[in-house]
Amino acid sequence: MSTEATFGNPQVVEETVDILLIGGGMAACGAAYEIMRWTEGTGLKVKLVDKAAMDRSGAVAQGLSAINTYMGGQDPADYARMVANDLMGITRDDLAYDVGRHVDDSVHLFEEWGLPIWKQPGDEDKPLKDGGKPVRSGKWQIMINGESYKVIVAEAAKKALGMDNIQERVFIVKLVNDKKDPKRVAGAVGFSVRDHKVYVYKFKACLLVAGGAVNIFRPRSVGEGTGRAWYPVWNAGSTYAMAAEAGAELTMMENRFVPARFKDGYGPVGAWFLLFKAKAVNAFGEVYMERNKEMLKQYPPYGLAHVPASCLRNHLMLHEMKEGRGPIYMDTPTALAKLAETMTPKEIKHLEAEAWEDFLDMCIGQAGVWAGENIEPEKKPSELMPTEPYLLGSHSGCSGIWVSGPEDLGAPDDWHWGYRSMTTVKGLFTAGDGVGASGHKFSSGSHAEGRIAAKGMVKFALDNKSWVPELDTPVSELVEEIYRPVRTFLQHKDYTTAIDVNPNYITPRMLQFRLQKIMDEYVAGVATWYQTNAKMLAVAEEKLEMLKEDALKMRAKDLHELLRAWENYHRVLAAEAHMKHIQFREESRYPGFYYRMDFNVVDEKNWKCFVNSTYDRKTKKWNVFKRPHVDLVSKPTAP
Amino acid sequence: MPTFVRTDKCDGCKGQDKTACMYICPHDLMLLDKDGSKTGHAMKAFNQEPEQCWECYSCVKICPQNAIEARHYADVVPMGGSVQPLRGTDSIMWTIKFRNGSMKRFKFPIRTTPEGSINPYANKPKADISKIADMALFTEGKPYPCDRSQLIRVK
Repeated sequence: MSTEATFGNPQVVEETVDILLIGGGMAACGAAYEIMRWTEGTGLKVKLVDKAAMDRSGAVAQGLSAINTYMGGQDPADYARMVANDLMGITRDDLAYDVGRHVDDSVHLFEEWGLPIWKQPGDEDKPLKDGGKPVRSGKWQIMINGESYKVIVAEAAKKALGMDNIQERVFIVKLVNDKKDPKRVAGAVGFSVRDHKVYVYKFKACLLVAGGAVNIFRPRSVGEGTGRAWYPVWNAGSTYAMAAEAGAELTMMENRFVPARFKDGYGPVGAWFLLFKAKAVNAFGEVYMERNKEMLKQYPPYGLAHVPASCLRNHLMLHEMKEGRGPIYMDTPTALAKLAETMTPKEIKHLEAEAWEDFLDMCIGQAGVWAGENIEPEKKPSELMPTEPYLLGSHSGCSGIWVSGPEDLGAPDDWHWGYRSMTTVKGLFTAGDGVGASGHKFSSGSHAEGRIAAKGMVKFALDNKSWVPELDTPVSELVEEIYRPVRTFLQHKDYTTAIDVNPNYITPRMLQFRLQKIMDEYVAGVATWYQTNAKMLAVAEEKLEMLKEDALKMRAKDLHELLRAWENYHRVLAAEAHMKHIQFREESRYPGFYYRMDFNVVDEKNWKCFVNSTYDRKTKKWNVFKRPHVDLVSKPTAP
Repeated sequence: MPTFVRTDKCDGCKGQDKTACMYICPHDLMLLDKDGSKTGHAMKAFNQEPEQCWECYSCVKICPQNAIEARHYADVVPMGGSVQPLRGTDSIMWTIKFRNGSMKRFKFPIRTTPEGSINPYANKPKADISKIADMALFTEGKPYPCDRSQLIRVK
């Protein structure tokens, strides 16, 4: 009866499956590929729901110029050590190690499916799996021609699933707990951004993989440039918000990533540092990592590693800027000139193409900035800048959800509870950006982690084969809640002449501005040089509570704005979790990412532990607490 | 650098319900103005929320009429430059025009297999459901070599 549905009066589509995949990025594609093989002959029904189109959804939509996690014979223990050091010691070795021992299999599949991977001379036609040697741009990274990376990975996932089992352009906004067991998930609800339809899914298990959180802080560019976030602008914190509301334990939500990137375009610097051996310098040409290296000694052992933790590299850059020695530059002319000393003109031409491809594969906007500013890297250096903060669990960050890990790596008993990748809510699984206290999995590791989770979900669904999900909330109530912004608009729109200014509602856009202002000014955004303290956080806490109340008064004048309304609701919850965790952790664990100025030290004695939290959606209150940390592989210790 | 649609080239994907750019945009930005009430240009697509554009170029690359280009974001970038791709089935060509008029052209491979040719489970083992609780993924016949002596808590 879809013809009868109108704006504000949606058709309700109810469907029961065994396993629902929420999201369409790398983790979801990995899960889809693995799960359809394991469910063959089991009778289990699987469905994937994506708010975008799988060919270009998630963080790899634009493409990538490198695969940042490929072991190639290196030991997963070394990988787990690197992950831990980069994230200042507090990660779960079991999760990193598990990604490490599975990730190469995913990379070999990508190559088989058609992803071009750079090889050493002589190995051009030899696949990685047969021992072909990749071009390394770092210890763990390999270079690719990755414009179509996601299209290729999505093609395999879509074929594995079958198009009948994929629903694109439906945004899942809320998980529903089970009627008999509040610690269990039984369903998920969302809406189509194309048709007037609300979707209600019931299932035994679901994989929540909807990316990290972008634009919860005021970005450095606030006009048209707002969209040029470093991480994809459509990552709205949905993973963290929906999991928290369902009762899942979050972990390390105080962590954030503040990438230092080419200014304004946020183009990648990895290839420039690692492949072209360029140096970052202050305005006077001094290499600040050298000049300020004594500062690294204040943070043993994390500052003493061959590659110091990412946040500490920012810490040294921020010091230069605050001392008045900015702007900071990537000295591209010196690097390219040095490489050219030993190269033929043809090789130099090739090198120049590689430098541009680094942008064109994954950050075309940076090429646009260079074109507009007449920057040719062989002639003119380019400014670097630390960005606004991002929450994520797959890159150089470890925000996310506390999940059950592998059982064979010596982890404490409370790090695993039967089903790999399951959260503390029965039936709710996650991967990629969703998994906290790990990090550095990137595209390939997220795919592998999706595959790992797929097995856990199949096992769970088979063990619960006769269990029937029952939603704890009537469908009619859920529909009302989802469409509240539409009702609000329709009810009040004629009260004023200009529809954007109305005392009865707030536009999603203005709500986002309010969130960004609060986070930027009180929760250690760029406005305060990433600094905050207990007093500022108390102000933020009060303002966020009012914002959360007002989030229920958002309007939606069309389905597109309903999408934005729910994205911003998710952003508010993710931001609140971030604030509460920073408030709880009375130290500055990540200098260069944020500073608690009232506890401006790394306090190994009291705070080398996980900070975890749960949220109660009825009382709207957070409970934040410590969990002990242990190493599963040996680590360097402070001298 | 939001994308824009050229009125002289966009054909609204020939009157289909959805245009290619609407289909592909990861952030739901592209919209077909069916009756021209939003832009004055009926049956042509437009970017409805330019300040939310990630500049991922998904719409630029997919447009069958090459009607979509990008204008570097006005609040940051000096005018006059442009970066325009032409994406084929196995490679992509880029034309970069600088503000000062100089040009660069690059061509990069994008995939080594024909589009649509992936057969995901061809020559792959079946999954053995009795091994669902084991560590290995279904394609991992032999496990990745690990030095388990480095696991300091494993007895």
